[in-house]
Amino acid sequence: MPSANDILVRFENVQKSYDGEILVVKDFNLDMERGEFLTMLGPSGSGKTTCLMMLAGFEPATHGEIFLDGQPINRVPPHKRGIGMVFQNYALFPHMTVGENLSFPLEVRGMGKSEREEKVKRALDMVQLGDFANRRPGQLSGGQAQRVAVARSLVFDPEVVLMDEPLGALDKNLREQMQYEIKHIHENLEVTIMYVTHDQSEALTMSNRVAVFDDGVVQQLAPPDELYEQPTNAFVADFIGDNNRLLGTILSADGETCRVKADDGSEIIAKQINIAGVGERATLSLRPERVAVNPEPGQFDNNLQAKALELIYLGDHIRTRMEVCGHDDFIIKIPNSALHAQLSEGDNVNIGWSSNDCRALDPTD
Amino acid sequence: MAKKMSQSNTSSEPLKTADGVSLKVSLNRALRRRKITALLLVTPLFLFILLTFLGPIFDMLLRSVDNKIIVQVLPKTVSQLAVWDASTGELPDEAVFKAFVEDAKIAAENKTISRVGKRLNYEKSGMSSLFRKTGRKLKKFDPDKLEISYTDLVLGYDKKWAKHETWWLIQRESGKYTSSYYYAAVDAQIGVDGVQRKPDDQRIYMKLLKRTMWLSSLITLLTIVLGYPIAYLLATLKTRTSNLLMILVLLPFWTSLLVRTSAWIALLQREGVVNDFLVTLGFIGDDGRLAMIHNQVGTVVAMTHILLPFMILPLFSVMKTISPTYVRAARSMGATSFTAFRRVYFPNTVAGIGAGGILVFILAIGYYITPALVGGTSGTLLSNFIAYHISTSLNWGLAAALGTILLMVVLVLYILYDKIVGIDNMKLG
Repeated sequence: MPSANDILVRFENVQKSYDGEILVVKDFNLDMERGEFLTMLGPSGSGKTTCLMMLAGFEPATHGEIFLDGQPINRVPPHKRGIGMVFQNYALFPHMTVGENLSFPLEVRGMGKSEREEKVKRALDMVQLGDFANRRPGQLSGGQAQRVAVARSLVFDPEVVLMDEPLGALDKNLREQMQYEIKHIHENLEVTIMYVTHDQSEALTMSNRVAVFDDGVVQQLAPPDELYEQPTNAFVADFIGDNNRLLGTILSADGETCRVKADDGSEIIAKQINIAGVGERATLSLRPERVAVNPEPGQFDNNLQAKALELIYLGDHIRTRMEVCGHDDFIIKIPNSALHAQLSEGDNVNIGWSSNDCRALDPTD
Repeated sequence: MAKKMSQSNTSSEPLKTADGVSLKVSLNRALRRRKITALLLVTPLFLFILLTFLGPIFDMLLRSVDNKIIVQVLPKTVSQLAVWDASTGELPDEAVFKAFVEDAKIAAENKTISRVGKRLNYEKSGMSSLFRKTGRKLKKFDPDKLEISYTDLVLGYDKKWAKHETWWLIQRESGKYTSSYYYAAVDAQIGVDGVQRKPDDQRIYMKLLKRTMWLSSLITLLTIVLGYPIAYLLATLKTRTSNLLMILVLLPFWTSLLVRTSAWIALLQREGVVNDFLVTLGFIGDDGRLAMIHNQVGTVVAMTHILLPFMILPLFSVMKTISPTYVRAARSMGATSFTAFRRVYFPNTVAGIGAGGILVFILAIGYYITPALVGGTSGTLLSNFIAYHISTSLNWGLAAALGTILLMVVLVLYILYDKIVGIDNMKLG
């Protein structure tokens, strides 16, 4: 557990409403450690950017308190918070050169000219744009502009840097490359970064921890692997990665596992995670790659009949849509290995999975 | 900002298409058809502008130097006068008088002699009546019954003919083109001994030009000061509210100029709403009512109001493109809201201020109706005098010269603006 000193940013019971009718952020609590890379992930309109703007000081919190380094900052204006920020569309000042853009935060801090030049040069070198100081933002490519924006947010050595979907406007290859670059900058500078995105692969690639947002509430806050392997509710299970959902009613629950009767009558054994109790509805979540075709008898505690509906060849694996327990959107991934099962559309096959991989979560229907 | 495309075609050989034709030739061929279509589409507009805009402007430029009337009506006189040396201070010789009598008699019969008088009257008053009188007498004159010299005959008609200056003037204005309208427009006169400024009490146009420039600058400044916050509001408020505000801004456009100007008269006159209000509140006594109309104050107030939308609209369109994240970014980097405005927001609106400023200034410099209605004598502008010379004094040459000077002032300002700010930075919406 981190000690109280290591907490750099703390949200305490923060609520936000723009119109007095709808809460955009409902009771947000978060402790962010010094040096952490924390991503807020969620669909658009889930309140993640609003949280970022409240931390930056551009939106006042309707209720609750935000602490920066132990100090409440609700009444501190944005320019006194010392928080760096990268905006979605970079927000590079078009009337200044790249060098002037980077120099701006140092100038308003009253820093001397020689010191400014040195820091600007170091920041530009960090993003491999050392020769670009005299260019105008209009002359930069998207990736270069993005790098300049990152350099500008870091040039005045802020403790926290906020990034609001900074890679949203880049194409896929460039986006992946920038993800690594930002990750490396974070590791080298040991700066604390709060990152907002709706792209889950981005979140999983870069973050120490990810906060999954939906409907103004943090659904789960966990490291990337935990988020994928151990989702605690149906929304997170669905939102992160591919997921199969089976709906049913809980027959019995004992210790770790529970028995669930699917809507077509078949019984499934699943791991108890987040269920209301016997007789209540539940969602079963199962990753496609954890399902085996034609398993050995006795290999798994769940064995069911399935019908292959559609096969999509994807190179390293074959994505197969099946009808299982009355759901016709059940996906399994058959690895394209030497021993992989040969299926064709319309085949009836046995499938099986371990109850350990099948998580019983809150109902979603 | 214009995006600059960097081209890195370093090959020295000109590129060729598959069949060996130069790529450029081939491209030109392919584009020719499109160019012709485009040209045809703009032809009607081009002709329209040529006929209704460029044509009249060229005609005006021409009129300001045009001086054909004298050489047309008095051709023999002009050619005889050409050899007369005015610097001797003596009157021309008999040949000139003879030529003049012949020319003037024909002109009197054709009734064109009064036009010469009118033309020369612009240079020296009294010329019009001199020529009319002489024309009347010459009509009755029969050259066969002449018993005295032509010189004595003409000198007998009016003693002004005995003045050296009269003949000198005819000689001076005998060219097809003249610069005298321009001299008049800058309050100078050409005397026998060269160009000199008119006496103080006769200098009007330079004073008017200065006043026009000063009032136009003041009005431009006022529209910037008043328009900037409104444009900012329009650009930042929610669409629904800003649309409502926009209607208020555009409302004056939908009202007749005369109605708006008359409304200002009703508001500002001595017994008007504003004065009544101030008297009621006790700020001024009933005998101390302020004179706010039919003077410069009236011109400035009414024109600022009328020209305000021309400032607000370009400003608004520029501000609309400035992302609010610029200011946020500046704030997050430690700038106070004032610094963020001064260093980041304001520089990005300069293009709008320039566009609006140049638009308002150019409109103001040629404004006519409003100053004519509310300007009194101290608030009239150069354009009012141009209108006077066109419709009342009928001295079109002088009106054209004044108009040309205004046009030049605008062009010079435009070039200055281009040099300082750059025309391609101008955004009108």
